[in-house]
Amino acid sequence: MFGRLSWAAVPFDVPVVMIAAGSVGFIIFCVLALVTVKGWWPYLWREWITSVDHKRLGVMYIGLALLMLVRGFSDAMLMRSQLALAAGHAQGYLPPEHYDQIFSAHGTIMIFFVAMPFVIGLMNFVLPLQLGVRDVAFPVLNSIGFWLTAAGVLLVNVSLVVGEFSRTGWLAYPPLSEVAYSPGVGVDYYLWSLQISGLGTLLSGINLTTTILKLRAPGVGYRQMPIFCWTALASNLLIVAAFPILTATFAMLLLDRYCGFHFFTNELGGNPMMYVNLIWSWGHPEVYILILPAFGVFSEVVATFSGKPLFGRRSMVMATMVICVLSFLVWLHHFFTMGAGADVNAFFGVMTMLIAVPTGVKVFNWLFTLYGGRIRFTTPVYWALGFMVTFVIGGMTGVLMAIPPADFVLHNSLFLIAHFHNVIIGGVVFGVMAGITYWFPKAFGFTLNERLGKAVFWCWFFGFYLAFMPLYVLGLMGATRRMQHYSNLHWQPLMLVALAGALLILLGIALTGVQLAVSIRQRERNRDLSGDPWNGRTLEWSTPSPPPVWNFSQLPQVDRADAFWAMKQQRGTAQGPNLKRTYQTIHVPRNNPTGFFLAFCAVLLGFSLIWHIWWSAGLGLVGAIVVCLRQAWRTDGEIEIPAEKVAAFERLHGLKEAAV
Amino acid sequence: MSATEQALVSGDAVPLSLRGPAPTRVVAGYGFWLFLLSDIIIFAALFAAYAVLSGETAGGPTAADLFDKKHVLIETACLLASSVTCGFGSLAVQSGDKSSTYFWMAITFIFGVTFLSLEVSEFSHMLSIGAGPSRSAFLSAFFTLVGTHGLHVTLGLCWLIVMLLQVATLGFQPMVSRRFFCFGLFWHALDIVWIGVFTIVYLGAHL
Repeated sequence: MFGRLSWAAVPFDVPVVMIAAGSVGFIIFCVLALVTVKGWWPYLWREWITSVDHKRLGVMYIGLALLMLVRGFSDAMLMRSQLALAAGHAQGYLPPEHYDQIFSAHGTIMIFFVAMPFVIGLMNFVLPLQLGVRDVAFPVLNSIGFWLTAAGVLLVNVSLVVGEFSRTGWLAYPPLSEVAYSPGVGVDYYLWSLQISGLGTLLSGINLTTTILKLRAPGVGYRQMPIFCWTALASNLLIVAAFPILTATFAMLLLDRYCGFHFFTNELGGNPMMYVNLIWSWGHPEVYILILPAFGVFSEVVATFSGKPLFGRRSMVMATMVICVLSFLVWLHHFFTMGAGADVNAFFGVMTMLIAVPTGVKVFNWLFTLYGGRIRFTTPVYWALGFMVTFVIGGMTGVLMAIPPADFVLHNSLFLIAHFHNVIIGGVVFGVMAGITYWFPKAFGFTLNERLGKAVFWCWFFGFYLAFMPLYVLGLMGATRRMQHYSNLHWQPLMLVALAGALLILLGIALTGVQLAVSIRQRERNRDLSGDPWNGRTLEWSTPSPPPVWNFSQLPQVDRADAFWAMKQQRGTAQGPNLKRTYQTIHVPRNNPTGFFLAFCAVLLGFSLIWHIWWSAGLGLVGAIVVCLRQAWRTDGEIEIPAEKVAAFERLHGLKEAAV
Repeated sequence: MSATEQALVSGDAVPLSLRGPAPTRVVAGYGFWLFLLSDIIIFAALFAAYAVLSGETAGGPTAADLFDKKHVLIETACLLASSVTCGFGSLAVQSGDKSSTYFWMAITFIFGVTFLSLEVSEFSHMLSIGAGPSRSAFLSAFFTLVGTHGLHVTLGLCWLIVMLLQVATLGFQPMVSRRFFCFGLFWHALDIVWIGVFTIVYLGAHL
């Protein structure tokens, strides 16, 4: 009846898990109870769950990512504290089979459910506003993409309580991840949750690529498009080109596990290294999917707060697109030790080093933008400066490891761990934090507390250096990744420093919560009534904060890059702001529960497949088909917003702006 | 000729990229093209796997032992013919002609089902002689690649039924015509993939 599922799947005998799960369950229960008692369900359903507004979805993506950051970071704390203890005769407090699940979950969650929703959320929120349009190309698809991601998140977290998570590292290399060596449900949780959320990511990538290429305000050509849009374009093109490889690779591993195929097994001709090749031909583009939007954020932040147009705009675009292409030509540097031979390794080593060139171009562009600028040292600028220093170091260790003979020494050592955390924290996380601080007032109508924002920055900045510089040294001393215990007592002091760094980052994350709470309390003091709190350059700042559902009452007419800056200059000189405006009826997409219902069916389907409960898997599948068919016959996809309502909104906003 | 197309021909118009948001028809089609691209990348990964594993027969039957060229030729003919009839069907959709839409799409459907049943008969024959996907890595890759194409054809056929029901219930609304356009793209893309399968898998077996 219930396949492999029984009460034995719940680890009642592991107190750590039960306490963690119990407290999370308690918090969820309290939140649900609060929502019910306060009668907030209709509001949540109407304004968030069924919303297809790109701004709401962007906020939900980022909320999801913040939540999962806490989950992924608690895994990091467990690992760091285990390694601070488990030296010599001490064994620490985490047994190997539990430790293996923790590092697998940490990597999986941080990449797929923290970094990805962060950047997709930012792109979702910002792109239509920067392009001067009213929504993304496919609003309902956008909602489906988000909810499928949320479905994947739910499945990963269920694995904490029901069953186990994968013990095979964040990429689940076979043959270890094959049924012969991982017979449990851990790898299945991993595969199904990533298949479901990966589909969501692909839909989002198609949607945003189409948006950038086909929906732009009149006059926004490729030469006028803001840099963030360019980097988002590169990132979404990579999603469309790379995520199907992930889907196909996981599908092959699933066939091996469920149907006895032999793609990656040791027997009957299977080839485990083919998996490694395939997964990295997704995996390397993936890191550029994450970092390119961050580069875009820094470009916007640096230009805005220097009060100058971005230096070398054209070279920035070129560099972005060159990275986009090169990202598909370097995958083998993740496993030089495969033994592909000197020629192949040399090719991939050289290609890898080549990526440093466009990246260097970008760094110099940011520096020259700052040079001679009237820099305002706001929190986003702190993140940007911290990024430039940190990322350059991370990039250089990357070039170091691009040399195959050096990589043979450093492969799978803590040096590698330090390197990729250096670029992902120093690049993606810093970029996302800068972006959140920068666009927060646009989303919510008030700015975040600057003092606390800077405190968060310093915690992350110093926390990062304390946590990961020791790992570079440890890597050179021979410490490998994914070890639960080490016998060399000389490593312990550095492990303790790393723990201190992690604690500092923990403080930073906690302060983010404090910052949010304080900023919400002080919101009246920090209201952004003008819609343009930073004296911005791009079109999103020409809308009120928060923008109306329809974003732009009249589509802007653009003739150059930094369009809003140019409009402000003109407004100051020639014509006044009170041009006679006429408004027309606007059509916006109607709320739609399809995404939410599909996610529900996807969770049912995924969970049933993981536990081999075939009848309910069928139920989930049929449910999904019914939901899709219901959507196919929906003909009331849009609602009208009458011109008078738009005009009334604009009058009100004009009054507020005048009061500033 | 629509206003945009006219402006495009006249040459002195604002460049396409500066004209503001594209019409829904264009946006939907473009998004679907991107989806097809991603789908073709899934096939690319499966083709790559097949290329790597096609020699790994583990002492079992090889491609040359198993594949019947004549059988596959009929399959191919069916699928290519269905593409032609699908093209006529699309023309019927464009001109808003219900009865000839039903006619051509029904023929497309029949060709598709014939293709599928030929494929199923091939698969079941292979299974019956012990050449199933678990026999060797080569057969795993073969069944996955060809089976994924077959699965796409199956989904395409289901989609076609849904589309015909949509025409029957909703008529040729813009929404329905857009979807039919996308279906046409999908069906032709499956042909392109099949040409790859035919060449690499079936003809490649007898090299």
